[in-house]
Amino acid sequence: MAELNSKIPKGLLPQKWTDYKNHINLVNPPNKRKLEIIVVGTGLAGASAAASLAEMGFKVKNYCYQDSPRRAHSIAAQGGINAAKNYQNDGDSVYRLFYDTIKGGDYRAREANVYRLAEVSNSIIDQCVAQGVPFAREYGGLLDNRSFGGAQVSRTFYARGQTGQQLLIGAYSALSRQIKKGNVEMFTRHEMLDVVLVEGKARGIIVRNLVTGAIERHAAHAVVLATGGYGNVFFLSTNAMGSNATAIWKAHKRGAFFGNPCFTQIHPTCIPVHGDFQSKLTLMSESLRNDGRIWVPKKKEDAEKIRHGKLLPTAIAEEDRDYYLERRYPAFGNLVPRDVASRAAKERCDAGFGVGETGLAVYLDFSDSINRLGKSTIEARYGNLFQMYEKIVDENPYKTPMMIYPAVHYTMGGLWVDYELMTTVPGLFAIGEANFSDHGANRLGASALMQGLADGYFVLPYTIQNYLADQIRVPKFSTDLPEFKQTEKEATDRLQRLMNVKGNQTVDSFHRRLGLIMWDNVGMGRNEAGLKNAIVEIAKLREEFWKDVKISGEPNEINPELEKAGRVADFLELGELMARDALNRNESCGGHFREEYQTPEGEAMRNDEDFKYAAAWEYTGESAEPKLNKEILDYEFIEVKQRNYK
Amino acid sequence: MNLTLKIWRQKNATSKGRFVTYKVNDISTSSSFLEMMDVLNESLVMKGEDPVAFDHDCREGICGACSMYINGHPHGPDKAVTTCQLHMRKFSDGETIVIEPWRARPFPVLKDLIVDRSAFDKIIQAGGYISVNTGGIPDANAIPIPKVKADLSMDAAACIGCGACVAACKNASAMLFVSAKVSQFALLPQGRIEAAERVQAMVAEMDKQGFGNCTNTGACEAECPKEISISNIARMNREFLSAKVCAPKVKEMNEGGG
Ligand SMILES: Cc1cc2nc3c(=O)[nH]c(=O)nc-3n(C[C@H](O)[C@H](O)[C@H](O)COP(=O)(O)OP(=O)(O)OC[C@H]3O[C@@H](n4cnc5c(N)ncnc54)[C@H](O)[C@@H]3O)c2cc1C
Ligand code: SF4
Ligand code: FES
Repeated sequence: MAELNSKIPKGLLPQKWTDYKNHINLVNPPNKRKLEIIVVGTGLAGASAAASLAEMGFKVKNYCYQDSPRRAHSIAAQGGINAAKNYQNDGDSVYRLFYDTIKGGDYRAREANVYRLAEVSNSIIDQCVAQGVPFAREYGGLLDNRSFGGAQVSRTFYARGQTGQQLLIGAYSALSRQIKKGNVEMFTRHEMLDVVLVEGKARGIIVRNLVTGAIERHAAHAVVLATGGYGNVFFLSTNAMGSNATAIWKAHKRGAFFGNPCFTQIHPTCIPVHGDFQSKLTLMSESLRNDGRIWVPKKKEDAEKIRHGKLLPTAIAEEDRDYYLERRYPAFGNLVPRDVASRAAKERCDAGFGVGETGLAVYLDFSDSINRLGKSTIEARYGNLFQMYEKIVDENPYKTPMMIYPAVHYTMGGLWVDYELMTTVPGLFAIGEANFSDHGANRLGASALMQGLADGYFVLPYTIQNYLADQIRVPKFSTDLPEFKQTEKEATDRLQRLMNVKGNQTVDSFHRRLGLIMWDNVGMGRNEAGLKNAIVEIAKLREEFWKDVKISGEPNEINPELEKAGRVADFLELGELMARDALNRNESCGGHFREEYQTPEGEAMRNDEDFKYAAAWEYTGESAEPKLNKEILDYEFIEVKQRNYK
Repeated sequence: MNLTLKIWRQKNATSKGRFVTYKVNDISTSSSFLEMMDVLNESLVMKGEDPVAFDHDCREGICGACSMYINGHPHGPDKAVTTCQLHMRKFSDGETIVIEPWRARPFPVLKDLIVDRSAFDKIIQAGGYISVNTGGIPDANAIPIPKVKADLSMDAAACIGCGACVAACKNASAMLFVSAKVSQFALLPQGRIEAAERVQAMVAEMDKQGFGNCTNTGACEAECPKEISISNIARMNREFLSAKVCAPKVKEMNEGGG
C-alpha cells in the first residue's frame, strides 16, 4: 500500500477550498451522461449526493436496505443542524464554527476538512429552505436558532424535534425528482454485500435483493459509500435496528483503510435501559440541555431511597441536589460537550449517586425553566420529546424530572478518506457518518447533519469529478468480468456458510453478548487489561458464532434473520479492530477515555507528543494482525490546547 | 403478562395467507410491542420455525417503517403512536391480540406483515418536491415566512409515510398522505410557484396507483400516528379546484423553479 496522502491543498486555510475548486478537473456535460456512479445509502449524505450528481448529469444508481429511501436512519435525528450564519448577531463566524468543531473533536480532526465544512454550512441552510424544509421561525418570519453543547453561540437550526426528518425528506424529494426524470435508478430493499475491484479500482458492488434473495452484480465508474455509522456493534444504541457496518467493513477488507475505529460517541441524554428484552435505546435530544438542568442527590442515602422507591426526586430540597455539571464546568454548565457530560454522569453513578431502579440514571430537570418560561413555552420547544418520553417511561416529565443515562449514539471513526473524500481504494468514496473525517475524537451536537449534507450536496459532487475526469474514456465495465463473478461467488458462499451452520443460538443472542463485551471494555471507560480481554473474548465469540448460530428460513426469500446474521458476523470482526485501536491509543481524547490517562480531577489527558495522528488501519488478512498507518495531523492555523470547558 | 397472538402468515406475494395462533409468556409491561414480537421470533427460531417478518427500523416512531394492523386498528389501539411506540402496558394479561398487515390493493403483501408501499414513493416522484437544483440559492432569510404558516407547514410535513391512513380507510384512499405533502408546500412561498402543477400531478399519480376516493369518513385522521389533520384534505381540494380553473391540465410537473 502506498503512503497515506491526505491531498490537502496548499495555501491559506480560508482559500484552500476555493483554490481547489478553481483548479480541479471537471467533466463536461456530454461526458457526464456517459459516466455512472453507484451511491450506496439514502440518508442525508447518500440522498443529497445522488440527487446532486444526477442534477449535474451523471447517471446514478442508488441503494438502500429499507423499503423506501425516505426511511434512512438520518430521519431519526431530532435536535438540529449547525451553520455559521450568525443570524443571532452573537459573534458567530465560519472561523468560530471551525474552531469549535476542532476543539470539540479534541484536536484529532484534519484542519482543512473541518474548515471546509464550516465554510459550506451556510449554503446548506439556503438549500434546505429553497426545498421547502419548514425550519422553526421567529414571529418576524426569520429563522430561529437554539444552542447546542460545546458552543457559546446560537447557531443550530431546527424543525421542532424532527430536524433530521425534515432535512432527509428535503433530500429525498430532490432525489425523487431525479428518479422521475430517469437520472437516478433506485434500488430499495437491496443490501450491499461487497465492493468489486477491477485493476485496483472500485468498479461495482454485489448486492442482495432482500425480497427475492437474489445476489446481483452492479457496475459503475465509481462507488460512493454513504451507509452511515456502526454504533450497533454495541447491540444497544440509538441507531436504527438495521444500521450496519457491512458496506464499509467489506470495503475495508478490500483495501480501504479504517480511520480511528475506536472513536465512539456515547450520548449523555438517552432513556435508561429498562430490561433484558430491550432492543434499542432512545435518545432524548441534546437540545433539552438548553432548558433542563442535570443533577443527582448530594447525599448517598437520598439516592438509595430513590432507587428503592421510598423517596421522590421532587421531595429533595434544592440544597440537597448536586448540579454536577454546573459545579464542575461553570463556563459551559449543562452545555459541555457530549463526551464530558457522559463521563460525568458515569462518574456520579459509579460513585453511588445514581437514581432509577438500577442506579444507572441521572435527572434532567425542567422545573426551573417551566417556572421561568411557562409550561407552554417548554411544550412548544420540546413537546414531542416529552410525549415520546412519557410513552416509553410512563412518567410525566412536566411534573417529575426526566431520567437519563449515556448510550452509544454515533461513530466518529469510519473509512479513512483524503480531502477529496476518497478512500485508499481509488474510485471508492465514503461520505457522511461512514467516513472518519470531520469530528476527530468527539462530535459536537448538530454537526452530523451538517457534515452529511455538506459532503453530499457541496463537497463530493466536486471532488468526484477530479477522479472521473480521466475516466471518460473508460467504457462501462461488464458485470461478466471475472472480478465480478469471483466477488459474487464469495458473497454467495458466505451466506451459504451462515445458513449451513445450523447451530443452537440465535443471531440476536450473539449480538447481545458482543454488545456487552464492547460496552464493558470498549465503552465510556477503557483500560489496557479490559481491552486485551475484549480482543480475546470477541475472537472466541466469533468462533462460537460460526459454529453455533441458528438461522431459520431460506436464503432465496425475505429473511430478516439472515440479514441480521450477515451484519453481526461483520460486527464481530469490526469490534475487535475497535478494541485494538483503543488499546493502541495510550491517551484520553474526546470520546476515547483511557482510565490510565486522566488528571487527578478525572479529566481526560491527551498526549499530543505521541498521538496527534489519525489511525488508519490496514487489513492484512483473516488471521493476520491489522497494520497501523498514521496520518500525522498538522495544525498550521490554530494552536493546539488542552480543552477547557471550565 | 401472558398473551395469545393471532398473526397473519403469508409466505410470499403469490401464496395465500392464513392466521396462525401463538402464545407468548412473561412479557414485561414496559416492553414495546415490537420487543414482544422479538420474543416471539426468538422462540420460533429456536424451534426451527420461520419467524414472523415485519418492517421496522428506527423503533422511535419516525421512520414510518413499522406497520401492523392490531386488533382492528393500524398501529394498534393507542392514539397517536406508531406500532413501535406502542407499549405492552396498553394490553391486559391473558388478552388475545390479532395482528395483520396493512390491507389495501395498492399495498400488496410481500411476506407476513410486510407490504409493498412503493406506490407512496411514486406519488412523491410525480410532484412532491420543489424544482430546485443544488447550489446557486439566495440567502435563507431572503424571504421571511410568517411563523403561523411555517408552523402549519411543519404540522403537515410531520407525516412519516407509514400508510396507516390508507389501511384505516375503507376505500384505501391516500388523500391524507397526499394532502399533507401538498399542504406543506402550498403554505410556503417557495412551494407556491409550482402549486398548481404539483397538486394535479400528485393526484393523477395517486389515482393511477389505484388508491380509492375520499368519502370523508375521517378514519385516516383518527388513526394517523402523527395526527395529521384532515383539514389538509380540504386544503388540497381547494388547491386542486383552483388549479383546474386557473391553469390548463398539466401532465407532469413543470420544471419552472430553476
Ligand atoms: C436518534 C439520533 C438522533 C440524532 N440527532 C442528531 C441531531 O440532532 N443533529 C445531528 O447533527 N446529528 C444527529 N444524529 C446523527 C445523525 O443523524 C447521523 O450521523 C446522520 O444522519 C448519518 O447520516 P448518513 O447519511 O451518513 O447515514 P444514514 O442516515 O445512517 O443512512 C445510511 C443509509 O445507508 C443505507 N445502508 C446502510 N448499509 C447498507 C448496505 N449494506 N447496503 C445498502 N444500503 C445500506 C441505509 O439504507 C441508509 O439509506 C442523530 C443520530 C441519532 C441516532
Ligand atoms: S398521513 Fe399519517 S397515517 Fe398517513 S402516511 Fe402520513 S403519518 Fe402515516
Ligand atoms: S420502526 Fe420507525 S416508525 Fe416504527
